[in-house]
Amino acid sequence: MSTYKVPTMAEMAASGESPEILFWVGCAGSFDDRYRAVTQAFVKILNKVGVSFAVLGPEEACTGDPARRAGNEFLFQMQAVANIQVMNGYNVKKVVTACPHCFNTIKNEYPALGGDYEVIHHSQFLQQLINEGKVALKGGGEFKGKKITFHDSCYLGRANDVYEAPREVIKALDVELVEMKRCRTKGLCCGAGGAQMFKEPEEGKKDINIERTEEALSTGASAIAVGCPFCLTMMTDGVKNKDREHDVKVYDLAEMIAKDMGI
Amino acid sequence: MSILPQIAFLLIFALAGFFLYKRVSFLKRNIMLGKGETRNDQPEERWKTMLLVALGQKKMFKRIIPAFLHLLIYVAFVIINLEVLEFIIDGITGSHRIFAPFLGSFYGVAMNIFEFLAIAVLVSCVAFLIRRNVMKVERFNKPEMKGWPAMDANLILVIEIILMFAILTMNATDQILATRGVEGYTLLNGLFFSDMIQPLFLNMGDGTLVAVERFAWWFHIVGILAFAIYVTYSKHLHIFLAFPNTWYSNLKPKGEIQNMPEVTKEVNMMLGMPVEGGDETPAEIGRFGAKDVNDLSWVNIMNAYSCTECGRCTSECPANLTGKKLSPRKIMMDVRDRAEEVGKSIDLGGPGLEDGKSLLGDYITKEEINACTSCNACVEACPVNIDPLSIILQMRRYVAMEESGTPAQWNAMFQNMETSFSPWKFAPTDRFNWADQLKNEETK
Repeated sequence: MSTYKVPTMAEMAASGESPEILFWVGCAGSFDDRYRAVTQAFVKILNKVGVSFAVLGPEEACTGDPARRAGNEFLFQMQAVANIQVMNGYNVKKVVTACPHCFNTIKNEYPALGGDYEVIHHSQFLQQLINEGKVALKGGGEFKGKKITFHDSCYLGRANDVYEAPREVIKALDVELVEMKRCRTKGLCCGAGGAQMFKEPEEGKKDINIERTEEALSTGASAIAVGCPFCLTMMTDGVKNKDREHDVKVYDLAEMIAKDMGI
Repeated sequence: MSILPQIAFLLIFALAGFFLYKRVSFLKRNIMLGKGETRNDQPEERWKTMLLVALGQKKMFKRIIPAFLHLLIYVAFVIINLEVLEFIIDGITGSHRIFAPFLGSFYGVAMNIFEFLAIAVLVSCVAFLIRRNVMKVERFNKPEMKGWPAMDANLILVIEIILMFAILTMNATDQILATRGVEGYTLLNGLFFSDMIQPLFLNMGDGTLVAVERFAWWFHIVGILAFAIYVTYSKHLHIFLAFPNTWYSNLKPKGEIQNMPEVTKEVNMMLGMPVEGGDETPAEIGRFGAKDVNDLSWVNIMNAYSCTECGRCTSECPANLTGKKLSPRKIMMDVRDRAEEVGKSIDLGGPGLEDGKSLLGDYITKEEINACTSCNACVEACPVNIDPLSIILQMRRYVAMEESGTPAQWNAMFQNMETSFSPWKFAPTDRFNWADQLKNEETK
């Protein structure tokens, strides 16, 4: 019986190997019950395709994104410098992550602190695998012909101009991709960015995730696809708030691909 | 012929130039209240951005109807200013339509084009007045638009309408006089639009007509000079500042927050790592983050002066859309108003920045900056590449690092990160537990 492999950088280094990519899991991917399923789905895909990868495991720490966005630059840099020391210690060259916040921070903000890596989001990585024919999609899976809408994450879209990769991944599933009115550059935030995930919103007349969920539901889609742990939480909460969890599901892209691959 | 009008014109022209110079110096000094920042990299990309976004109005076209009306006014402004050149030469030399003999029949064509543009401006300005005051488009009626900002917008539109009427009146009376063979007036081969209002003036005698024509001429040129000065007191400054503002755009990915090298130095020292430039403390450690306008970069303040209060940022801000107090437009207006206040105070020998007030606290509240999701919708929406997010984040830095005044839940998140390297309170040793199940699961 063969089981899924989740090698760590430390194990790899001990046996003198260096993986092609570091899969940066992120805090949500490590601790959040719902997003752990996404991490597991992505690792299954990596195993199935035979990608040479490793994770940092217990050596990973928060990138510092929410600290920086809440104004605590000291804490951000403490986290960043520690992470960069670890990654440079393993001579990391290429990083893949399923979190747009980690993606943005490592890609754009670590270079100023001595961390230079090629960083790609898992939607881009999945798109590459699909284009190269490495991911064999059945196409006739549970999503076939279904209406699916994609919610743009701010830190993937506007922050880094990644709009098409996640859409290409969804289209590969032979589904009907329906767009919300506010999509791509005009995409509406789920409400969790800028460290909002970690505090109650200021007083207002509505929660942002409800506004966004209403828009997603109005497309008539049976599933909302996301590429971000915070968006996943916010949209799932929104769907529950609207009592639609029985007929509308919120999925991460990796979960959808893994499901279609039957893993 | 009396040279009195020429002397009067020169005096008015010089006076307007003097006032403009004073105003531009005032604005420049206010912008330079901000910290130095060098943004001269990638000049080719910068020129390209300026050409596309400012000259080419690229981002305006995200909303097609106002973009089209705005384009008409913008093209008219640029082209009609060619006629202003003739006005100025005529004013100084005492000539009348000095370009007419040189341009021959093309002069009449040009005048017809100018008149068409004048009509386009008229129509557009009326449409804009209706959008603001009758249709009450939501973004023009937010709380920060009450009072002067709404008045400013309406005044600009009304002034433009009046100035266009002056051109048409001048051309109509001018051509009646030319038809009657009055000396000094050049007959053009028909002016399509002003010919239509000629009947209003046909009953007048030559003397009255000359008076009306001269009045319209003076009204137009003095009006334009006065408007140029008014612009420096108004949100309308975007007609000039859009160009440098887009040239100095942030060309980095929007998600990147600027590093604070002064913090890097301290962090490296704490971690016992080599520090660039030795470990001596710098001569002057400024404030962390921004409390007042002088803590911001000069680019932030130029952004504020470039803002024409269109409110596209606010209308796409998720916090504002859901009823929070944050409005990116208000952030920009507050920065400008505070810079004005400090600038005026300095000019009057007052306390300037030391007046006991500050941008954060007296203009902008923590509730506003705390509501931002850093989603960059405001930055994306701005037709002239203004960056309200940069200002919000600098203020959050001040609150967190100088005041320790961040919301309690954020402080708890900071603590979690310090102790367990995650924003949530989980044991760091559990970080890799997600793999346990997988490692025992059979592959398919």
